[in-house]
Amino acid sequence: MKTFTRYLRAALLGIGALGLLATGTAQAKVEGDTITLGSAISLTGKYSTNGVHAKNGYELAVKRINETGGVKVGGKSYKIKVVYYDDESTPARGAQLAERLIKQDGVKYMLGPYSSGLTKAVAPVTEKYKIPMVEAEGASRSLFTQGYRYLFAVLSTSEQYLASSIALAAEIAKKNGKKPSDVKVAMVFENDPFSLDVRAGVVDDVKKHGMTIVVDDKLPRDLSDMSATLTKVRALKPDLLVVSGHSKGAATAARQIKEMKIDVPMIALTHCESAKVVDKFGPSVNGFLCPTQWAETLSYSDDFFGSAADYDKLFKATYSGYKNVPYQSAQASAAVMVWKDAFERANSFDTEKLRDAIADTNMKTFYGGIQFSEAGNNTAKPMVLRQIQDGKFNVVAPSKWASHPVDWPRKAQ
Amino acid sequence: MLDNLLLLVQAPVLNIQLLLDGLLIGAIFAMAAYGLALVWGVMNVKNLAQGDFVIMGGYVAYVFTKMDLHPIYALPVAFVGMFAFGWLVYVTIIRRVIDKELFTSLLATFGLAILLQQAMNLIFGSDVQTAESGFDTRFMFGGMVSIAEIKFVALVLAVSLSACVVIFMKRSRMGQAIRATAQDARAARVLGINTDRVYAFTFSLNCAICGAAGVLIAMIWVIQPYFGVVYSIRSFVIVTIAGLGNLLAVIVTALGLGAAEQFSAFIFGAEFQVASVVCLLIGVLIWRQIQQARKRQVVE
Repeated sequence: MKTFTRYLRAALLGIGALGLLATGTAQAKVEGDTITLGSAISLTGKYSTNGVHAKNGYELAVKRINETGGVKVGGKSYKIKVVYYDDESTPARGAQLAERLIKQDGVKYMLGPYSSGLTKAVAPVTEKYKIPMVEAEGASRSLFTQGYRYLFAVLSTSEQYLASSIALAAEIAKKNGKKPSDVKVAMVFENDPFSLDVRAGVVDDVKKHGMTIVVDDKLPRDLSDMSATLTKVRALKPDLLVVSGHSKGAATAARQIKEMKIDVPMIALTHCESAKVVDKFGPSVNGFLCPTQWAETLSYSDDFFGSAADYDKLFKATYSGYKNVPYQSAQASAAVMVWKDAFERANSFDTEKLRDAIADTNMKTFYGGIQFSEAGNNTAKPMVLRQIQDGKFNVVAPSKWASHPVDWPRKAQ
Repeated sequence: MLDNLLLLVQAPVLNIQLLLDGLLIGAIFAMAAYGLALVWGVMNVKNLAQGDFVIMGGYVAYVFTKMDLHPIYALPVAFVGMFAFGWLVYVTIIRRVIDKELFTSLLATFGLAILLQQAMNLIFGSDVQTAESGFDTRFMFGGMVSIAEIKFVALVLAVSLSACVVIFMKRSRMGQAIRATAQDARAARVLGINTDRVYAFTFSLNCAICGAAGVLIAMIWVIQPYFGVVYSIRSFVIVTIAGLGNLLAVIVTALGLGAAEQFSAFIFGAEFQVASVVCLLIGVLIWRQIQQARKRQVVE
């Protein structure tokens, strides 16, 4: 009995201490001269590579802001800090950690996680607590059809990813004295929400130009073999082949197109960069068209990071081991810039005022223009299309930002 | 769908392409499936980490390319290395669950699968990787049929490895001991066979075969720490259709399923490539059920 009361007392003491701790951290949103942002991000698990890219992007912007005078609110200068938790690449954990950031750590300003799936899990939580979240890594268009009020995304949405390749195909057909409606399109998409969003954008544009779809295959998620589909492509000779299926799809497509020597004049696919197709498959991937959110060669600029090229330089100097700066990092930095801009325009720490300030964002950055629609997605920045030319990624479309003419038909070796 | 069927009739040469691709794929699946059948038949352990052993082998090939060595040399290294790894896993984990009920061994190997996935993710990262063989592609029938030489090499290696294993099981002392243990472990023990050693050897041999299959897969498809489950499931499907204890049936089933999935992907679209394999499994299970019901009637 005596030991029991001793345990009871210890337990009560423990609970009391926890309670004290909880009240201590609940005020953490703005402490002294520091504004605290929060993010659950994938530091381990299957998204860890890109999760770390995103975190590096956040950190670079935070560092830059703190070094250049911080954020000015009410005439006072504040530093920024971000609290991270590892969501282990699982949506359930992401939602749980968002709760923890908001309820236990008292974070009032959120940055997004990595991937559409995780963002989909976190958004209902931030929405429930009316906490604004600026996210940079969730592109699925289904995120912006739910009527979320507190969700803002700096990147272009998924249905825009390959749509530009259809416009380019139409342009080329006209140049060759053919009608856009003569163009035959073969489509290969992975059967997952993101890739199907990309597909929806392509199908819309194919219909707009009256083109014909000759192959429309959806790869199961656990399949890394497209040889049957490519056999069909070889027999039907389309003018354009579009492929989207994350890094696995890009690597599989590049490998089997090379192996089967598939000769299509125009091939567009997503995730060329993350699948490292140039390193893996060399000159056989020349002429592939790859959409990207951002490229360091674009002529975007701001007076904070400078031009896209300046950002590229700064990033490489700060983090070792990067040959190319992933766009995942660039857009993460842009998200932090949106927060800084919103704090200064709202001149307040009130989440409602900040939400409205974010909604009114209209800025030019090294990452491109940022302006949010009613739904919260960025409408001021186009998706650009880069072509692999002699192992280099050169911007070829849209023509306003193009640095090189497009090679047509593609010159594969 | 009808268009695609028509295409096959109009250009019959496409059938050859699909058949060849299917057989070459099937040969590799046969390896992983055979290892599974071995462990299942001899030890009655259903190894859910089968696919992860395959992916581990794949990473051996990947490491070889990183060191500027041709990935084909990774084959013997993966075979021997995975054999040793299998022994370690047997001694530390499998030995403790082998005489427990089915659920315990399922849980243990499932846990092992998760552990291996996370370990590979920590070591190699979550990027998709390949190992380039640098082999060329051959064309037949006026360029309408292409065969990647690497797939052919893989077929030859898979077949010769299987042949070696068959001869080993028939002729060698250890092979006989394995078969005796599979028939009746207690009787084998009574006759002086060290069944613990037999189990350890069987499990290690399975790991080694998986490792070799993984090397080939890294050269033909792509690998990633979490892709193992595909090969686990495929092995289970093949073994379930073929039945235990018959190597030839496992190989024939694997080849047949490989061809079937290529044809169904061509005709119905890639979205049905994996589904068709599973549908075939269901068909076979129903058919077996009917057959056995008849047998039961006869017995009554």
